[in-house]
This record gives sequence, structure tokens and C-alpha cells, in this order.
Amino acid sequence: MTETLTGAQITVRLLERQGIRTVAGIPGGAILPIYDALGQSTAIHHVLARHEQGAGFMAQGMARVTGLPAVCMASSGPGATNLLTAIADAKLDSIPLVAITGQVPKAMIGTDAFQEVDTYGLSIPITKHNFLVSSAEELLEVIPRAFQIAASGRPGPVLVDIPKDVQAQAIEISAWPEPGHALTAQAAEPTLIEQAAAMINAAERPILYLGGGVIHSGAAAAAIELAEKAGLPTVMTLMALGAMPVDHPLALGMLGMHAARYTNLALDECDLLIAVGARFDDRATGKVAAFCPQAKIIHIDIDPAELDKIKTAHVGIAADIGEALSQLLPAVFQNSRKSWVDRSNALKAEFPFDLHSTDNPRSHFGLIQSVAACLDDDAIIATDVGQHQMWVAQAYPLRRPRQWLTSGGLGTMGFGVPAAIGAALAERGRTVICFTGDGSIMMNIQELVTAAEENVNIKIVLMDNATLGLVHQQQTLFYGERLFASQFRSSPDFIKIAQGFGIAAVDLDTSANPCATLMEAISRPGPCLIHASIDAEQKVYPMVPPGAANRDMIGA
Amino acid sequence: MNAINKNEQNALARAVLEIDVNNHAGVMSHVVGLFSRRAYNVEGILCLPVGDGRQSRIWLLVNEDQRLAQMMKQVDKLEDVIAIRRHNADHAVFQDLETFFRP
Repeated sequence: MTETLTGAQITVRLLERQGIRTVAGIPGGAILPIYDALGQSTAIHHVLARHEQGAGFMAQGMARVTGLPAVCMASSGPGATNLLTAIADAKLDSIPLVAITGQVPKAMIGTDAFQEVDTYGLSIPITKHNFLVSSAEELLEVIPRAFQIAASGRPGPVLVDIPKDVQAQAIEISAWPEPGHALTAQAAEPTLIEQAAAMINAAERPILYLGGGVIHSGAAAAAIELAEKAGLPTVMTLMALGAMPVDHPLALGMLGMHAARYTNLALDECDLLIAVGARFDDRATGKVAAFCPQAKIIHIDIDPAELDKIKTAHVGIAADIGEALSQLLPAVFQNSRKSWVDRSNALKAEFPFDLHSTDNPRSHFGLIQSVAACLDDDAIIATDVGQHQMWVAQAYPLRRPRQWLTSGGLGTMGFGVPAAIGAALAERGRTVICFTGDGSIMMNIQELVTAAEENVNIKIVLMDNATLGLVHQQQTLFYGERLFASQFRSSPDFIKIAQGFGIAAVDLDTSANPCATLMEAISRPGPCLIHASIDAEQKVYPMVPPGAANRDMIGA
Repeated sequence: MNAINKNEQNALARAVLEIDVNNHAGVMSHVVGLFSRRAYNVEGILCLPVGDGRQSRIWLLVNEDQRLAQMMKQVDKLEDVIAIRRHNADHAVFQDLETFFRP
């Protein structure tokens, strides 16, 4: 049986067939046909963001907690340009996203029409792939393919730009394409796996270095199994936090610029680095020439372009992490590697991470610990970007893959609140915490009203030091204490702001019992802003100065 | 110095890339964008459809650079790139065009 449908109806039907149940976006002239069709859909819930960047980060939140591509929508021109930051963020953190934008009618493209911008051209360098659709028929191929590309291999964002006349064009449909799903990656080369196993078996001081690819591949359990079988002390990148529980006996925590001293010092001593789904980012490696100077390198990544990009690997394996580890596991010997594990434990004891004054909920670490004490591992922890992000990365007991949502590669302030909303929309049963700062929250504060409208179960913990903390820190440490443009001379009343947007708010500053106030705010369902002033002089320590070797940490 | 003439110097310092791509608007932007964002100059570009026109072949003349291997991997990752091959700078494709590029 054939039916006659418009491009807009086809787009919505393809999203439904894809299993999409929530989309975030903002309508506008050039995408109104799609919104008209979306309004008729009973399967898809549309979340009306208040800024397109918010919609992009909501979709990211959904994608980060589920591992599946999520959808955001915007109109042409400013709608599309507002989405770009969230798309670029998804590219750098390898998050599967399908962004659908309206475009002016085909005949008007290139005429500087109202709200026309070259969305296709603008999105080339920040997407995994992008499409400018030229007919309704093409949608049948492009939409499933967009999902397939977003989810396959190294995940990433895909943008589909659809001119208004294509949305309005009616065609007869007699058959629907299969939804697009991740293609199976090429299997790891067995001879390379053998070489890698031999190197691990022969190593005296190996370290397992886990990156975000372990989370994307769903391979956290396999990575832990490898660490336990071969006796591998394990470090994680910011993106991999949660892959191995922080309190696992082999866990050495996050490496790099704000690692504990013992983490970077252990890396300095290792003779074999097993990099799994990690990309040797500069914030992780510090000065590359001085990173793991004695180590041979095994590098496993699904993206062949990551192999030998920063560090030349002795064995480079382009494969899905889970598949590669399943081949590697039986080939490595059971080895408790006692002397090396003892050595790494000795480093831990000698150079411990200083969670000073954790019992004081009005201190930065104390607040993070107090929040953690109110929750179990089911909670989702999102952050914004800045000092609070690094403190949470250092101090929150993350124990589960996809528990942790943070903007790693792009480091986008404004990520936290909308990403937390997206996470809460995708996982209605969980409590979502968003740690944020007074700088970051202002960059997407308009989404508080979206949180109210959707009544999502998010708790925004606002660590307010009335500064741009990391800028303040760097100016203090490296720019002769010349503080400029990093202190806010005027701050809003965040409690009134939250209440004005229609969400509950509590102030720990004025609470006689902050722990009780916190517990009460976190256990009450629905959105809530929790305000806590913190000391602006606190630094994120230890710190590797930009450009320095990781062994040269300052502070704490 | 005198032992190496200009052509030999070019042959040492340059490479020719042969890239098979799907033929549609935007593919060239995807390919050359990878070079421009890295401030990696493309010295020469040739592109024509191949066969029935569903595919094109792009020839690039680029400077030898330690980044070239990474560049080729990045090009290979593009959805619309089917294959990339590397040739020496003395490949005939650009040499035969010299008459069109006299000052």
C-alpha cells in the first residue's frame, strides 16, 4: 500500500521508526513543516529548549547516558549557528548526535535570503558527516544513514540540513528503509593481538590507560577483567571516569593536568603503556616528549587516525575496544604482578590525594562528598566546565560507565544544565546531579525554565565563587596575580533566578544544617537549584603548568 | 647544491595524492578543509568525474611534511572518500599541465 507523504512527514516517520522518542529543539520559519508533522506524532515527545545550544546539549545528555544517537532540531540561520557549539562539543567527545536543521527553500539558497546561512559549510569541520538534502526521496536514504554514521565506528555528530521546499514536497511511499544502526567494526588483527599480549606478559611495570572509547564501546567490564588478570594498575582520562570504580584496588584515578601526584608519578615509571580508547590528549599527557618516557606503547582504538597521531605506538591496533579485549584476554597470563602493584600502592601512600576538610560541607571537596553521601551509584553526575568540574572529577566516587557526563574535549561552559536535563529525560528513574559554577550556569541559564516545564529530576549544585575560577587560578599562578576580567563585580541572586524560572531553590549559605538541607533537596523529586558559596582562593591542585611535563606538578 | 636541480628538489619535497570520492557538491570542501584547518597548503588540485559520473577523482599536489601520513588517514576517514593513494611528485598528472600554468 502506498501513501503520499511530505518530506516533513517522512522525516518524522523515519525518526519514529528509528526508535527516537524524545527530541529537543526550537522551531522557526524554515523548519515549520517538520514541526507541523512532529506535532502530529504520538510517539515522539518534543522538548522545547530556550536556546538551540541548550537543545544540542539536551540531545548530548540523552546520547551520553544511553549510548544511542539522540536528535536535536533547529531552524535555519541563527537557529543552526546556535547549535554549532553543541555539535562541535559532540565531535570532540565522540558523542552520537543527529542534528536536523531547516534551510531556506532550494531556489533561495545562495541569495542571502532571510535567515539563510551556509549550515552545510559551517558544519563540515565539526561533524563526522553532514548532508544537504535535495529531494524528499533522498530523505529515505539520508536519515537512516545519518543514524548509521553517528553510531558506527568512532561515534560522532551528523547534521542533516533540509530545505523548506524539500520538507513540503509530497511523494508516494511504498516501502520504508531499515533504521540505521551501528555497523560492526573490523576485527582486531590476531597477529597484533599476539604481539600485544607478549608485550604485556613480558612487561614489569605496565599501566592500563583507559579513555572514553572504553565507555563508548561498552567495554568497561572487559577492561577491568584485563587489569585484574594481568595485574595492571589503571589510569583513566576525564572521559573514562566510571569505567573502573575509583575504589578498585588497581585504580590510580584520572591522569594528567589535575591528576593526583601518585598517578602521574606511576606513569613516569611504567615500562609499558596500554592505551585503550584514549587519544593522548594534551591535558592527559602534558609535555608529550616527557610522557611515560620509559614506556613502550600498545594503542588500541577504533579510529585508525588516532594511532601514531601523538605518540608512535609499538603495536597499534585499529579495532572496537570490546572486540579487541575479548581477543586479548585469553592471551595474557594471569599475573598479580605484586612488586609493581606494591610500588604503585607505595606511591599512593607517599603522595596521597589531599581531600582537605572533606567533613566541612561548605568547602569545595566537602560539598562534593556531602552530595555523594546523599546518593548511590544509580545517580548520574553531570558537570559544567571549570574548577568545579575538576574537583568533581578528582573527588566524586564514580563507579559506573555512563554515570559521568562532562564536556571533555571542547570544554564548553554551559554544557551542564541542558546535558543534565537530557540525561533526566532519557533516564526518568534516576536522580541527575549537575555540578556547575556561577560562570558556567550563566551560559545556559535559560534552560532552567525547560527543566521546570519538563519537571525533570535534576539537582543543580551551584558552586559559587563569583569568579571564572580557572581563569582566576591561571592569572594568579602564571600571570603575576594580575586578575583581570575573572572576578564578577555583580552577581545575580541565583535563588531568586531559580524561583523566577519556576524551580525550587535552597541556599546552603544560610542553612543551619547544610547536610540536612542538601539531603532534603536531593531527595525531593523534580528540579532544584542548590546554591553554595565557596572560597574563590581555592585552586585545583595538583596542577601541571601548561606545557610542562606531568611529573612537574605544583600545589598540594 | 648544484647536483640537485629544481625538479629533483620538487620530487623530494612534494607528493601527489590520488583520491577517489563520491561525486556531489561539498566533497571538495570536505577534503581541502582538512588541509586548510591545519594550515597545510595544497599546491595543486585537479578533479574530474570518473566513469558514469557517480564518482570523481581528486588529485592533490602537496608539500611533503611530517603531517602527511596523518593527513592521509584523516582524508580516508571522510564518508565520501572511497580510496586514497600516494604517489611521488614526478607523477605525470600535474607535469602534463605545465603549459596551462605559464606566467
